Amino acid sequence: MAIDEGLKSELRKAGVFVTTVEDLYNWGRKNSIWPLQFGLACCAIEMIAAACSRYDMARFGAEVFRPSPRQADLMIVAGTVTKKMAPLAVRLYNQMPEPKYVIAMGACAISGGPFKEGYNVLKGIDRYIPVDVHIPGCPPRPEALLDALITLQKRIEQDHLTGKHRLRAYDKEQKAEWPVPEYGEHDLEPPSNPDVWKPEPMKRPEAK
Amino acid sequence: MIQPLTMPEQGYTLTPKEDAIETQMLEVSMGPHHPSTHGVFRMDVVLDGEEVRRLKPVLGYLHRNHEQLAEKMNWLGSIPFTDRLDYFCSMTNNWAYCLAVEQLAGIKVPERAEYIRVIMAELTRLQNHSCQAGFLLSDTGAWGTPLLYAFREREKILDLFEAASGARMMCNYMRFGGVRADVDDDWLAAARKVVENYPCFIDELEALITGNEILLARTQKIGILPRELAINASITGPMLRASGVDYDIRKVDRYGIYGRLDFRVPLGEVGDVYDRYYVRILEMRESVKILQQALRDIPEGPSDAGVKMRNFKVPVGDGYGRIEGPKGELGFYLVSDGSTRPYRYHVRAPSFINLTILEDMCVGHKLADAMVILGSVDIVLGEVDR
Repeated sequence: MAIDEGLKSELRKAGVFVTTVEDLYNWGRKNSIWPLQFGLACCAIEMIAAACSRYDMARFGAEVFRPSPRQADLMIVAGTVTKKMAPLAVRLYNQMPEPKYVIAMGACAISGGPFKEGYNVLKGIDRYIPVDVHIPGCPPRPEALLDALITLQKRIEQDHLTGKHRLRAYDKEQKAEWPVPEYGEHDLEPPSNPDVWKPEPMKRPEAK
Repeated sequence: MIQPLTMPEQGYTLTPKEDAIETQMLEVSMGPHHPSTHGVFRMDVVLDGEEVRRLKPVLGYLHRNHEQLAEKMNWLGSIPFTDRLDYFCSMTNNWAYCLAVEQLAGIKVPERAEYIRVIMAELTRLQNHSCQAGFLLSDTGAWGTPLLYAFREREKILDLFEAASGARMMCNYMRFGGVRADVDDDWLAAARKVVENYPCFIDELEALITGNEILLARTQKIGILPRELAINASITGPMLRASGVDYDIRKVDRYGIYGRLDFRVPLGEVGDVYDRYYVRILEMRESVKILQQALRDIPEGPSDAGVKMRNFKVPVGDGYGRIEGPKGELGFYLVSDGSTRPYRYHVRAPSFINLTILEDMCVGHKLADAMVILGSVDIVLGEVDR
């Protein structure tokens, strides 16, 4: 239950700081996002560059790259996801504790990018796991990754702990695991997770 | 998903030593998600206690169909894809591909373009080797610090690349018969400044890590690659020179203007991880020398041979262009049937061939040393799996 903004600012002028559990919780979470140290291809180098001296992701509280998915909040899918790697990426995502977020970094993670025509390249990680922020670019500059992080922070600020739109972690009806695709005879099976991704329906212009 | 080991048991025994405590072999699958595998690379390791008895690299987690895609598009179209082979060194990848096509088509490169190419390639070598030192130190346990120093310097070089080509990493800069855009005097002045300051950084890096006792203990006499084995396994690049073989394509082929430049080829003695690290440091010092000469002598003139790129065709035949990339001999083997696209396109990737020797270097060492040995090979998975 959000507090009335006008009342809140009046109280602050009088020297009273009012907050809600939700605001405090979200404030804490958004300023200490721990990403998974998960580099796939070229974009991973820009991810490292964003964490290093010049761009310094530590300013936004996200410098603690964890090698273990069990300690991470954010998965930065940095690079081309091949069909051999896709089941492992989904398994890593399943192992992360809720609440968890995904940034699809670069053209390859969004759609397959320049390698889309290849027989071994997954055409976007959002076919299997829900993606919160997409960053275009090949590779995106470190500034773009920082921008995506700030976008994610703004999103985390608006997360709800209760109510209809509460977080997935607090919703018992939501499933905790996402189905892991398997390498079938010709391709990954299933080719996508229908809960997350559906192909765009074909629109036929009506004859007048 | 773990596949059983299918490698023939040859050359070493799988039974524990007789005087040792009776133990059981343990099979560990390291990767593809592992902080020290430099990307998506998996090793199936058989351990006796902590000692590596067998090691099987599992590749293909980043197989992006590079060769197949290149055979489907025109000659010019695969230059941006060569950037993404070894994503640390896009400039040298461009150069190797352009060199192969120029050989096939018989294009002569103007003088100024040759100088610009050498400058770009040596800058690439500087940033690759400094980052490699950073990653190697990360693998030995020095999390962060050396890598932060290396990336600080790398950003300065990337700024130069960005000013010349418009992109930080994926430069897409070389063209058949020259470079895409000429560099101006301001750029050359900026490059001179970076090159002038680079020895200070190498000194700083060396003061930090070269004499460090932990580094010496972790790297000396670890992962020794004998000279004969290195030659037989067609290892190239700093890894081969660390084993004491004097083979540098810049000296052997004298492609570009390297025949006119004065530089030396540093060699190692033992062929262990430390030698591989230190050969790279010495190579950076030689690269600085090359850069100083090239930036001093760069002539005026056109930076492009004026090849018409639209509907570009190559005469029938095959050609192999190779250069000394930062990781070793990078070659492109191209077969042309006279059309606008290559008939066959093959990449001789140095990382891939250098990786084949990994087991021979790791067997008998501890598991923690296997990571350091892998770090010293300097692989980039984009090039290994292609």
